[in-house]
Amino acid sequence: MSELLKVDKIKTEFQTDKGPVTSVDEVSFDLKEGETICLVGESGCGKSVTSLSIMHLLDRNGSVTEGSILFEDKDLAKATEAQMRKIRGNDISMIFQEPMTSLNPVLTIGDQLTEGIRLHMKYSKSEAKKYAIEMLKKVGIPRAEGIIDEYPHKLSGGMRQRVMIAMALSCKPKLLIADEPTTALDVTIQAQILELMKKLREESNTAIILITHDLGVVAEMADKVAVMYAGQVVEETDVYTLFDNPKHPYTLGLMESIPHITNPDDMRLTSIPGSVPSARNMPKGCRFYDRCPHAMERCLAEKPELKSIEDKQAHSIRCFLYENEEKDYEKKHAEKEVSS
Amino acid sequence: MLQYIIRRILIAIPVLFGVTVLNFLIINLAPGNPVDMMVNPSATPAQLAATKHALGLDQPVWVQYWNWLVQLLHGNLGFSYSTREPVTQILMAHVGPTVLLMGVSLIVGYLIAIPLGIICARKQNSWIDYIVTGFSFFGISVPHFFLGLGVIYVFASKLLWFPTGSMNTLGGDGSFIDTFNHLVLPVLVLATGIGGNMVRYVRSSMLDVLGKDYLRTAKAKGLSQFLITNKHALRNSLIPIITVIGIDIPLLIGGAIVTEQVFQWPGLGLLTIQSITSRDYSTLMAINLLAACTVLFANLLTDILYAVADPRIRYD
Repeated sequence: MSELLKVDKIKTEFQTDKGPVTSVDEVSFDLKEGETICLVGESGCGKSVTSLSIMHLLDRNGSVTEGSILFEDKDLAKATEAQMRKIRGNDISMIFQEPMTSLNPVLTIGDQLTEGIRLHMKYSKSEAKKYAIEMLKKVGIPRAEGIIDEYPHKLSGGMRQRVMIAMALSCKPKLLIADEPTTALDVTIQAQILELMKKLREESNTAIILITHDLGVVAEMADKVAVMYAGQVVEETDVYTLFDNPKHPYTLGLMESIPHITNPDDMRLTSIPGSVPSARNMPKGCRFYDRCPHAMERCLAEKPELKSIEDKQAHSIRCFLYENEEKDYEKKHAEKEVSS
Repeated sequence: MLQYIIRRILIAIPVLFGVTVLNFLIINLAPGNPVDMMVNPSATPAQLAATKHALGLDQPVWVQYWNWLVQLLHGNLGFSYSTREPVTQILMAHVGPTVLLMGVSLIVGYLIAIPLGIICARKQNSWIDYIVTGFSFFGISVPHFFLGLGVIYVFASKLLWFPTGSMNTLGGDGSFIDTFNHLVLPVLVLATGIGGNMVRYVRSSMLDVLGKDYLRTAKAKGLSQFLITNKHALRNSLIPIITVIGIDIPLLIGGAIVTEQVFQWPGLGLLTIQSITSRDYSTLMAINLLAACTVLFANLLTDILYAVADPRIRYD
């Protein structure tokens, strides 16, 4: 399978009155057709900004200033607004966190659903409506013929998120970005929505970038995981390796902070001490330095790079602790290239 | 919905009754009376008393009100104390010019203000925003009589582009072009105020909406900025705009008293001032009644339009 999306060291900056603020720095990951990657990390670590950067949906004062976003070999980081308009909703579409506010309250479901269909697929009004009803049925909305003429306030949060999914998938996108699609929903509805996304993924072979801070969702959905901290990817690997063999101290901290059903009743959950450094005041060296139990002197001054190590699967880590393994991997990789 | 409209119309009846009572009392509290204003200064007290008696003005206020009300319910607005014409006829002659003047002013004001308000919100804190906001402050702050005299001085008196006042040239043919020429200056004055007010409401209401999640959804669908602004955003900012229009509609009847005076526009405003100075009770009562009906109608229309603009609003 070929690479569908290759995000390479992108840097997203916001222009503010007090100068530029870097929100995302050196974020890299790649994605094949039909594959699902989860971006995980705590609030404010740049997950959403990364996804909005891909879609060019940042505020007026935010932009990608470095790096490239190759989507089917086109660099989206350099795409114009007119080019992006053809891609948005067509090749790449997005579902947002808040189903309650993501639909326009004064337009009918049908109106909002057919807009994109008519724009990208050039359907006539009646064809688009028929197709929209079909999409609504596909995402499990009962009475789709009636719902299509209703306004969003008549629907529950879960139903609205289904409508959002129908809207996002209607033009058969190659990539779906889902920004915490289940965070605002209650647990039973969460499970339904995740099931639905899985089913649709299998049917259409759509690649998904799923943003979440819920490791349960990660275990359920992901092929690959990128753990983000303070605007950087600190660890990237497949989902099994991440849960079996997490390496980066931040990932380890995250794993330890999940309650587990087999834990003894009186066991306290561990938390990672301290808080995320502010975007205006990023440390020069490792960004996790203040909170890391293994912090060394060189972590303060020197910036660790995201590098691969030898493991069951492709596994990269941004930490000096694994320097030796990273060097081994590089050596082997270089030898392989020489011999081939 | 129909039930709601009927209920609102039924509620309007006691409101109108209250309005007429208050108006009648206040008018009668004003010093002087129609007879003092209409008869020859050399008339004897006996003649005055006779005239008052003939007109029923010597009766207690509540009897006078009762008589007026009974006549009103028979569809009779009485006759003018000063010109002796039937009030209905006078009113008819003056409503047209005012509705023409205010209608054109409202339309011109809105057509300029609504797009400008949208542009200001889209380009918040840009030079165009500052200029438009500055002008709108000017439009709201400058009194109509002052702006009116200013434009008469510049465009009528110095540049001679437009006539100084009235609705048609005296002895002219009353053609469309002639009326249009007479309309330009008063419309300029009125539209400045109306538009200046509207720009601020459109701008702030659009700014409220532009940050909403559903506009990001619309953009994520690949829609053009034009559609996002004028379909998705504008429809959501209509409620404050409808409110302002609802407040402006009564101006169609009573909004131009000062401007009509300055430009000698033969409308209801001018009639109102003339009726007050001649203590023409019956004409004043009729104008007030008309104004009250317009306000009530505009309020009802506003509430109906709310439900049209926002499907979440339902009156059941």
